[in-house]
Amino acid sequence: MATMMEQGVSNKTEPAATSLLSIRNVAKHFGKNIVLRDISLEIAEGEFLTILGESGSGKTTLLRILAGFEQPTAGEVWMTGERLDTQPPYRRRVNTVFQHYALFPHMTVEQNVGYGLAIAKRPTAEIESRVAEALAKVKMSAYAKSKPSKISGGQQQRIALARALVNRPRLLLLDEPLSALDANLRRQMQVELKALQREVGITFIFVTHDQEEAMVMSDRIALLRSGELEQVASPREIYNRPATSYTAQFIGHTNLLHAEVRQGIATSGALQWPISLTDGPALFSLRPECIRLIPSSSVVSNSSPASNNAVRFRATIRDQAFHGATDLLRVETDAGLMLTIRTASHNLPNSSSNSDIEFEFSTGDAVAVRRSEDRR
Amino acid sequence: MFSRVYRAAITLPPLVWVALFLLVPYLLMFCYSFWSVSESGAIVHSWNLDNYRELLTKPVYWQTLLRSMWIAARVTFFSMLLGYPLAYFLSFYAGGRKDLYYQLVIIPLWVSYLVRAYAWKTILGTDGVLNTLLQYVHLTSHPLDFLLYSPFAVVLTLTHIYTPFTFLPIYASLEHIPRNLVEASHDLGATPAQTFWRVIFPLSIPGVLAGATFAFVLSLGDFLAPLLLGGPSGIMISNIVVSLFGAAYNWPLGAAISLCMLALVLALIFLSERLEKKWSFS
Repeated sequence: MATMMEQGVSNKTEPAATSLLSIRNVAKHFGKNIVLRDISLEIAEGEFLTILGESGSGKTTLLRILAGFEQPTAGEVWMTGERLDTQPPYRRRVNTVFQHYALFPHMTVEQNVGYGLAIAKRPTAEIESRVAEALAKVKMSAYAKSKPSKISGGQQQRIALARALVNRPRLLLLDEPLSALDANLRRQMQVELKALQREVGITFIFVTHDQEEAMVMSDRIALLRSGELEQVASPREIYNRPATSYTAQFIGHTNLLHAEVRQGIATSGALQWPISLTDGPALFSLRPECIRLIPSSSVVSNSSPASNNAVRFRATIRDQAFHGATDLLRVETDAGLMLTIRTASHNLPNSSSNSDIEFEFSTGDAVAVRRSEDRR
Repeated sequence: MFSRVYRAAITLPPLVWVALFLLVPYLLMFCYSFWSVSESGAIVHSWNLDNYRELLTKPVYWQTLLRSMWIAARVTFFSMLLGYPLAYFLSFYAGGRKDLYYQLVIIPLWVSYLVRAYAWKTILGTDGVLNTLLQYVHLTSHPLDFLLYSPFAVVLTLTHIYTPFTFLPIYASLEHIPRNLVEASHDLGATPAQTFWRVIFPLSIPGVLAGATFAFVLSLGDFLAPLLLGGPSGIMISNIVVSLFGAAYNWPLGAAISLCMLALVLALIFLSERLEKKWSFS
């Protein structure tokens, strides 16, 4: 798994040796509307890759191109050395779990799951045993004879999954399969789905707009923005080392610091820290949890630039929101800069001393990011 | 209080209408079917089953009924044969032209039934368009006489008239099929033909049943097409009813035939609704 995550960083380079699917310079236009432009991505055998993006980012279109429901306007898709995009959907060893499950209403659960095998004209005995096995895997054996309209959304979800997996595809596409479920069931299914993927070892390409879901489940996340790949990396990498300001803001919360770099020192308002960047304006992402609150007893000196790889500053708490284990603070520095800070709830000072509190962050936590230009 | 008055005000007129012009006539017809006509032509209000006995014993009645059913069955078959592919094409392949084609199917319904029936008369007649053309291209040397005044002409005309009636419910049921089911079927390896027979057709069965019922019931009771184009061999049961209520002046027998047809039609509609329910999934 670890090697896979590292491959993920090099999304623009040559295909990896173990690559299962290769998306090469794919573009899709609907009339004058450009939905995807120049998408290149390598997906490894057995990988769990999430295509993450807002609505309208083109993520579903990309998935539909892989499934064969849309033709790319330009570019190619290859799977294990064979051209995929020129083949009709029914010849691809790719199966899809649809957003609204798309179970056949006139067939029983069993017939739904066995559909692909029946089409492939497998012997009846084989169909029966594989369907039973698939239903057992998703814990739905008891509902084999039910019609889809008689079971709940979460159960339909499992059947849709079983119906796709029973065919043993090389690649499974999942189009926001959890979006119709309520929050608790959704979290449970995330865990189950990830476990199932490890168990069957099939490559999953999962589409979602939910960044938390993407973080929990994926080996790698491909962040799509307005039809272009913004960043492709492991969840940790993409969270800790966002490449652009858009990534930093889309994945989790962040503080974007506009700074000026001069002779190895970045200056943003009253904050200063050393950085090895060329001179000029720069943008930094500083995660709210990377800013620490310093207990008042230990305050020794004035806020000074860059001592011991930490930047200290004084600020006043303007707003505070309780989130259970943590509190989210909105603070204003003496220079008028607003920052969001996440801190463990028990660390908070008494309400009497909301002003002139000292904070610090490690210089390494301020990550230089590229500015994301507007694309629309 | 206002809402009760209001509700009565809007429901009463249609209720009165239905009672006055539907239920009362049916009830009258029901009574008539058990009465008889005297020598002098007066209605005798004595209750008996003579009319029904006559229907069963005189072959002309049940033979005509059977012929009508046979014509209606052929009309149903051919309207399906035309209506289903048309609806399928419109629903799945017409793309942006869908609305235009839909209107083109509907527009003939605005044209008077009589005009359409007469149009076939001019096409199929001895000196009609078709015979003239056939002779002109030397496919035939003399006019074909089975074209007009035959069951063929009746089936053809009724098929023309009732195809939109089969098209509409089939089209509606095809439009209701979620397109992701078609995609799911392709995704699971089914070719377009396999997808049609395993997914699309089964899900359109309610529309097929509704359309078939329309075509059968409407053409079974038709009397204008056989009157205008049927000739002696194309007589249908409604023509007999018409003459019994008219020239023959035997309302009781006419009422008995009508009631038998009504029972037949109601049974068909009931059966078709049962089947539609069995095949509909929401």
